[in-house]
Amino acid sequence: MNKLICDLKSDFPILSRLVHDQRLVYLDSANTSQKPQAVIDAISNYYEKTNANVHRGSYTIAVEATDALESARSKTAQFINAVSAAEVVFTKNATESMNLIARCWGGANLDVDDVVVITEMEHHANIVPWHMLAAQKGIQLRWIPIASDGRLDLTSLDQLLDGAKLLSVTAMSNVLGTLNPIERLAEAAHACGALLAVDGSQFVPHLATDVQAMGADFMVFTGHKMLGPMGIGVLWARAELLEAMPAFLGGGEMILDVTKEGFKTNDIPWKFEAGTPMVAEAVGLGAAIDYLSAIGMHEVRRHEVSLTAYALRTLTERHGNRIVIHGPSEPAERGGVLSFVYDDVHPHDVAQVLDQAGVCVRAGHHCAKPLMRALGVTATSRASVYVYNNEADIDQLAESLNDVSATFSF
Amino acid sequence: MPGLEDLYREIILDHYRSPRNRGDLETPPAVRVEGFNPLCGDEIIVYIHVDEGKRIVDVAIGGQGCSISQSSASMMSAAVKGKTVDEARKLIGAFKGLMSIHEGEIGGDGSETDIGIGGDVESTATQLGDIEALKGVVKFPVRIKCATLGWNTLAQALDEAGS
Repeated sequence: MNKLICDLKSDFPILSRLVHDQRLVYLDSANTSQKPQAVIDAISNYYEKTNANVHRGSYTIAVEATDALESARSKTAQFINAVSAAEVVFTKNATESMNLIARCWGGANLDVDDVVVITEMEHHANIVPWHMLAAQKGIQLRWIPIASDGRLDLTSLDQLLDGAKLLSVTAMSNVLGTLNPIERLAEAAHACGALLAVDGSQFVPHLATDVQAMGADFMVFTGHKMLGPMGIGVLWARAELLEAMPAFLGGGEMILDVTKEGFKTNDIPWKFEAGTPMVAEAVGLGAAIDYLSAIGMHEVRRHEVSLTAYALRTLTERHGNRIVIHGPSEPAERGGVLSFVYDDVHPHDVAQVLDQAGVCVRAGHHCAKPLMRALGVTATSRASVYVYNNEADIDQLAESLNDVSATFSF
Repeated sequence: MPGLEDLYREIILDHYRSPRNRGDLETPPAVRVEGFNPLCGDEIIVYIHVDEGKRIVDVAIGGQGCSISQSSASMMSAAVKGKTVDEARKLIGAFKGLMSIHEGEIGGDGSETDIGIGGDVESTATQLGDIEALKGVVKFPVRIKCATLGWNTLAQALDEAGS
């Protein structure tokens, strides 16, 4: 039986605090999500009852700690329908995961003038690692442009992919909420002999994810945007790719043997996990996955489509031409991320005024400066929803935007 | 608890609505320096024309950003126009003092400034005039970088004009 999504606020302790004597209205989950008591408890319990270093000790709590880490890995694999837990590498965050792809796969497989295709709507985490590889090895970057409706303009896709080695694309824009056609992109990439890397940072927390059905070769995402703690990210890749890739960082845990002459790497996924891993954070991620699974990802998505539709309707009805909301207008074709410009007031000022009403939105370029330039803006305000948001939160946002016009009425 | 009225004082909104010395200058004789706030993408372009007598004979401000960065740059331009380079550097020091910044806290820019910091509050206020309206920014620490952007850019422009 699914949990009733309308009841969830009370599961998140932080949502009962006040800010400026106002109820906290948290609308910045695309940035980081809040954590349910179940996740907080899982982390405390780990440290209170289980903590020991993993894969080393022969005593009971060391075995339990190792089980806790590996059980979180299995849950993660299941959550995205990976073939096996060996395909799930734990990292610090999605950024590190993407850098791992660029450094280890790109380092071994890309050479001067090899082409990587990305899109104008990528987060800097899926741009800068490729710029770095371009500087190091002389690879070429090609960009899929965005159309005026906030979707990818795929009219020249085949030409862009021609001769490419990798297409690396976000499944959902962190600015526009646009859901990209990953299956179609996978087919097009594979038809050209390129691999597909998917930035799932915004997708995995909000929609049921099946890496096999997507046709992806790599996917990255992060725990903290999906109710888990900060400090744990995931790289998923098909096992044969991970097997063939050189190791990432060198040290303990990632080796089978070390001699004076060299070393022999461990099996996947540990080959990519040098040093003591973030066990408590993995346990927290596992608890977050349990929490989301108890709701059901289809129910999470249903809730967010409904809330996004309500937000689009409410903001437009109440603020008319004063508000411009970027991205696809159809709620079913987007995630619950609303980037907007209000009355030409700078997003920093919008966010400042909203904060006084307890409303948390992100203001800025959202680590997507090429997209900002394509949109012709320097910054936007962004409200994003998750399982714990409700229509009252959207009403509070709509209401406090009146304070913005009151402060900046020119 | 600080309120919005501490931040958005009328004089600040006035400079935001009607920025002074908005535009550009021919380079040379003017120098042009861009300043960025990487946090939010705010951008200030400062043009100054310093004559042979080390006087800022003209100043212009370009770029875009929030009300605090833009109004602070506008006020700065009005305050330094016609001043000598030394006087402008003293103003930069006084402004950073107003923002409770002691040299070394904010990266490289304007590091030659060594005057008016943590000094006499009275004389600082007299020097700054209207600009003192920005002191409420200190209660909103995230916005201090917005307020100082134009001033740090001016400091770089003065360095460049002097070199």
